[in-house]
Amino acid sequence: MTTLTKAEPAPESRTAGSAPHRKRPREGSRLLGFLAWVIGILFVLPVLWMLLTSLHSESDAATNPPKLAAPLTLQGYREFFGASSGASPWPSLLNSLTASVISTLLVLALAIPAAYALSIRPVRKWTDVLFFFLSTKMLPVVAGLLPIYLFAQKVHLLDNIWLLIVLYTSMNLPIAVWMMRSFLAEVPVEMLEAASVDGAGLTRTLTQVVGPVVMPGIAATSLICFIFSWNELLFARVLTATVAQTAPVFLTGFVTSQGLFLAKVCAAALVVSLPVMIAGFAAQDKLVQGLSLGAVK
Amino acid sequence: MLRRVRRVLAATTTSVLVLSMTGCAGWGGGVGGGGANTINVLMVNNPQMVDLQRLASEHFTKDTGISVNFTVLPENDLRDKASQEFSSQAGQYDVATLSNFEIPIYGQSGWVAPLDAFVAADPAFNQKDILPSMTKSLTGANGKLFGEPFYGESSFLMYRKDVFASKGLTMPTKPTWPEVADLAAKVDKARPGMAGICLRGQPGWGQVMAPLTTVVNTFGGTWFTKDWRAEVNGPGFREATNFYVNLVRTHGEIGAPQAGFTECLNNLEQGNVAMWYDATSAAGALESADSPVRGKIGYVAAPVMHTPSSGWLYTWSWGIQQASTKKQNAWKFISWASSAAYEKLAGSELGWSRVPAGKRSSTYTNPQYLKAAGAFAAPTLAALESADPRNPGLQPRPAIGIQFVDIPEFPDLGTRVSQDISSATAGRLSVTAALNRGQQLASDVADRYRSRRAVATAPGPAVAKERAP
Repeated sequence: MTTLTKAEPAPESRTAGSAPHRKRPREGSRLLGFLAWVIGILFVLPVLWMLLTSLHSESDAATNPPKLAAPLTLQGYREFFGASSGASPWPSLLNSLTASVISTLLVLALAIPAAYALSIRPVRKWTDVLFFFLSTKMLPVVAGLLPIYLFAQKVHLLDNIWLLIVLYTSMNLPIAVWMMRSFLAEVPVEMLEAASVDGAGLTRTLTQVVGPVVMPGIAATSLICFIFSWNELLFARVLTATVAQTAPVFLTGFVTSQGLFLAKVCAAALVVSLPVMIAGFAAQDKLVQGLSLGAVK
Repeated sequence: MLRRVRRVLAATTTSVLVLSMTGCAGWGGGVGGGGANTINVLMVNNPQMVDLQRLASEHFTKDTGISVNFTVLPENDLRDKASQEFSSQAGQYDVATLSNFEIPIYGQSGWVAPLDAFVAADPAFNQKDILPSMTKSLTGANGKLFGEPFYGESSFLMYRKDVFASKGLTMPTKPTWPEVADLAAKVDKARPGMAGICLRGQPGWGQVMAPLTTVVNTFGGTWFTKDWRAEVNGPGFREATNFYVNLVRTHGEIGAPQAGFTECLNNLEQGNVAMWYDATSAAGALESADSPVRGKIGYVAAPVMHTPSSGWLYTWSWGIQQASTKKQNAWKFISWASSAAYEKLAGSELGWSRVPAGKRSSTYTNPQYLKAAGAFAAPTLAALESADPRNPGLQPRPAIGIQFVDIPEFPDLGTRVSQDISSATAGRLSVTAALNRGQQLASDVADRYRSRRAVATAPGPAVAKERAP
């Protein structure tokens, strides 16, 4: 087991090269590093702008040109937590958390065995199976909206979080299968053979040999499924009402055509984004590892 | 790191499972969810509704024992959701805020319940106190009442009294559009960065098309004639649109093609414009305690051309879904929310400038309301009383509505025409080209109505009888 995992350090072999060739990559990498920082800052700027706007009063947030040095206030956040309306955001946040976590767990439970059967022990015509999974994403989501709405109405599942859990699971499953297949395909065959020689059964091979190696992949897949479920708006808006309303639907409720709302919406958007950010930071290194090694390398 | 990931995953899973077991999350649901003493209300996110949301739990639920679950959505989302909910009669919501655009259409389709019996059994509600123009706009073609207004608005002209005084100008109490254009030229650049007038230019049937259609009405134009002929490139419509676009291009606000109600409100509050023609409901925000222009705004009637008045009529009102199983409780909620007592409650708890006004005559005789809204109460009431949704222009109309034509096709038609008019405001398209395209779109709609009417008036039963064996 330990001897097998030592086979990882690939980057070292990549850096091996003659001395005259080393300078260029360094200059190049400095430039690339600089570019990465610039792009990174460009990506973060809107979020910082949103943070600043959320801390302004509504009238300061709406000025054109914007007032950067306007006094800071937490009123936007107070409004999000129901200072004026008395409406609590917690039920919506809990609904989102329930739908996202349960659907992600279901996706993993289904995607990992499916991916195993498509990579490590490929079933017959596994490429067709993979294409079938992908083809389910070809139908525009909106095209399925009306049949799903009518079905949900008939079976009395409108405004029920279980409906969203089932939908999010089925929406994310093809992506998860593709991602996990790609991660599992990178598990060296020798490892599996060695485990087999050592007498490990399927469960033990999966949990003790394959599991640790693909953990970055599982982390990346989980996070992507979690983000997609957490941010989903179209189905949530159409299929929920007062009981199963999710956070994105609650968030859009702050937009009004009569009055100012920028600070409130920015505050709400930041609070609603927090769980995804926390999940992202918690799995940061695994995520980077997973995304750079796996399906989207 | 692996441990940390596992810990986070384990903690989240545990919390979700605990929540699910304690029933905190939305696992119930279904039609009419929440028990017999709970009603579900779908509501537009306007400030008056946010106030209502707070007062409902503090007062209505306390007094009646009926809990109210609200879903609050932005206007466009609300329209989508309401149309989906009511057309399928899903029964998830007992009550919804619907405008006087939807109510007659929904009433005719049988999607909202008639309220006449509830009104008759509830004399304390006092239907006679509701402004007649409001009742008329919420009554179906069959004479049944399908909605009760929560607040109403018309349109009028707002102007900076201090700027006019400094320029030695006087605003007539009933201005004409040419007078307004003349004044806009005179106050343009009266202060640095100040434009003459703010007029909506943002695409949308409820944005630029609302004020523009009132201008069209008073210039003698119409979308359709009584016998369903499109008139979008007719002389009245063309003259009005040319006037509107020229005025906004020469003396209008910066960024007019993107300016809607909110942008114009900001512009007037921040001193970027000297005049604004828009909804009477804007006055509440302009005269609120934190408004920088409080006390500086004058209010006069909507400018006219050939008609005696030209204000629009709009109301957010309550409708009960026909599929609701809790109609009695739903009416109790409506009767409370649209009552004169609620206005007093909102006035005393939140301030009289935040009262959902514009629907009851008694509001305009209440001394406390008049004290807070004295600057704009009289012109608002005059505008509301003079609005006639069945006869807004110079010629008879095929459907009810002042700033809209009350047919299901109008949101799409109005929005598509508005996109071209917004382009004309930006100078990318001529008004003639915009209206010619609009005429084609409107003709398609008119053709459908003409053919439907032809089918309806054709001697169908007689033919059937003849063919019957």
